[in-house]
Amino acid sequence: MDLSKKIVLPGEEIDINGFKQGNGLYFEDGKYYSYQLGLIQVYNNFVNVIPLSGKYFPSKNDKVIAKVIEIAPSFWVLDINSPYPAFLHVNDTPWKPASGELGKILNVGDTVYAKINEITESRQIWLSIKEPGLRKIEGGHIITVQPSKVSRIIGKGGSMVNMIKESTGVKIQLGQNGVVWLDGEPEKVLEVIKILKFIEEESTASGLTDAVRSRLEKSR
Amino acid sequence: MSKGSDEIVYGLKRDYLEKISSKGTRIDGRSPTEYRPIVITPNYVLRAEGSADVKLGKTRVLVGVKIEPGEPFPDTPNQGVLTTNAELIPMASPTFEAGPPNEDSIELARVVDRSIRESKMIDLEKLVITPGEKVWIVYVDIHVLDYDGNLIDASQFGAVAALLNTTVPGSRYGLEDFSLPVNHVPVITTFVKIGKQLFVDPSLEEEEVSSARLSIATDENGNIVAMQKGLSGSFTQEEVYNAIDKSIEIGKDIRKRLFGR
Amino acid sequence: MGMQSDIKLIDENGLRIDGRKPDELRPIKIEVGVLNRADGSAYIEWGGNKILAAVYGPREAFPKHTQNPSRAIVNARYNMAAFSVDERKRPGPDRRAIEISKVISEALEASIFVEQFPRTSIDVYIEVLQADAGTRIAGLTAASVALADAGIPMKDLVVGCAAGKIDGKIVLDLNKEEDNYGEADLPLAIIPRTQEIVLMQMDGNMTREEVRQAIEMAKKAALFISNLQKEALRAKYEKGEIQKAEENLNAEVNKGE
Repeated sequence: MDLSKKIVLPGEEIDINGFKQGNGLYFEDGKYYSYQLGLIQVYNNFVNVIPLSGKYFPSKNDKVIAKVIEIAPSFWVLDINSPYPAFLHVNDTPWKPASGELGKILNVGDTVYAKINEITESRQIWLSIKEPGLRKIEGGHIITVQPSKVSRIIGKGGSMVNMIKESTGVKIQLGQNGVVWLDGEPEKVLEVIKILKFIEEESTASGLTDAVRSRLEKSR
Repeated sequence: MSKGSDEIVYGLKRDYLEKISSKGTRIDGRSPTEYRPIVITPNYVLRAEGSADVKLGKTRVLVGVKIEPGEPFPDTPNQGVLTTNAELIPMASPTFEAGPPNEDSIELARVVDRSIRESKMIDLEKLVITPGEKVWIVYVDIHVLDYDGNLIDASQFGAVAALLNTTVPGSRYGLEDFSLPVNHVPVITTFVKIGKQLFVDPSLEEEEVSSARLSIATDENGNIVAMQKGLSGSFTQEEVYNAIDKSIEIGKDIRKRLFGR
Repeated sequence: MGMQSDIKLIDENGLRIDGRKPDELRPIKIEVGVLNRADGSAYIEWGGNKILAAVYGPREAFPKHTQNPSRAIVNARYNMAAFSVDERKRPGPDRRAIEISKVISEALEASIFVEQFPRTSIDVYIEVLQADAGTRIAGLTAASVALADAGIPMKDLVVGCAAGKIDGKIVLDLNKEEDNYGEADLPLAIIPRTQEIVLMQMDGNMTREEVRQAIEMAKKAALFISNLQKEALRAKYEKGEIQKAEENLNAEVNKGE
């Protein structure tokens, strides 16, 4: 049986065919079943069900775009578009604000590009921006896309997102949590938003990359 | 995330929308006076005496009309009664909570109600069964299903579309059925202010960053029948006059396009 | 149940007032992903019922004291629109709606891997836009599809159907008149894969044998409806397009390498 690229629904039996049980499957009474709506993927001898919808669940080292929602004496609380909030301690930033003056550096509503540094057993999520490229984001616009579609927008080796960047001149930063930062000419930003929504909906049968390329060419 | 964090807007999103609005540009490419696509499906709910499903962009509102016999108000013994209610159900948005109507849903219901009442859309004097004792009570119920901005206009269009297709269920009470008597067709137009610019039919993204809101209901004679200013920002007198002029123009177009009047 | 009437609910040919055979369902149509804001949604038309279901979550449970440190809480809220019934229903939950919300929450929770999401809530909103008997089961059936659309991990899609007794005979899926004037109604929901019963209520009067017959009949119909749920989800997600697009994307990228 060809396992790959098959859409499965919750409760659907999966014959893992000698491979190992990966993510998205459960085992009951000697059989494997999908526990979510997704695509079957075989990777490194593991059979996984890759979700096609749903919330973002962080993994260590994911890069995300996050919004400050609360300020504590020595850390910030951020929304990472996930069921759980994330925390950023001043020690995990390049800044050294006085205690109680964190708001002067990052205020409520501010945006950062950050890394998931640690996830504790009790699902506390800690961020870090102490690495090249990670930073407070200023200017530009924010949109959100379905987190499960981010890899599709990036394309293999960044091919899709690079094509869009080059064609429109818009700066694009994709968070693995589905939050996307865009900066450029307003008309071009609008065009990129439309293209990202188009990729998200996948409403083409004739090849996604071709369809995106022809849209980009038309808009030039 | 918790409900609260949905209400905190990305600061840079606010800055971006304000920046592009200064050139009259909108984030979805519309012109300042352009509505999103409007799709109205009348008679959506067969158990209602009248109903309409309204899609305004990605906002969706279902309006149902129920009519039952009841007592008139003591000060208007020879008139039927109009009652408008709105439910911001939690299905429609992560920021809506279950529970009794809050100030937002009450304002929404009252603004829609005023446009219908003050335009004298419904001929309430024809809704009397026994003068002083028994009249028809018209319940307009606004059920918000999907919230992507501008609930006032979506709900008002839905209420008008539903009332235009309403039958008074006389036969259920041993009387005769008849079409709800309608004299006028009010249309409401809502503007928001972002930076120094005014835009009609705000999407949720635009509502989140707008400082002030103005809704103007006009009738087919080009008269103003109801207004409501909302949010904590302000308008200049000039802006209000401009908005009024535009609302008459837009109202005329929408009345024709949606209601054929 | 049990309103007295002279109406004959089954005619001399054994057919019901809407022309159905005793074990025949009303027409059912399911659509997926019909709402924009919700994390998952579904719409069901079942006979004269028109019902929307929406899912939000998992999200941080609110208020905080409702959080469970070891699992997600499942909150279903069943609500009828004021205009969904002949006599206007006063907005807001009544005792009936609160009870229905509870049994639906419990039935859905039976299938959800709640331990994956400590401290969160999975909120399920069921809005009855037009009611025509059997709303709780129709709402539950749509809610389960909305949960799958929202990507919630589950053992299987919960599904249900009702059976009942009219004119002394066991029949499937009561309509409004049958519900009003019949002798019994038994709504049932199952996890199809294991056939475990996760919701069951009954009112009226049936013999032990009749109850068995009703459960059997409702279960068989639920398994059929389970396929409608799956078809609706596949219609949205499969389309043949995702796969094609993805394959084309890969082919494209490989060429470029």
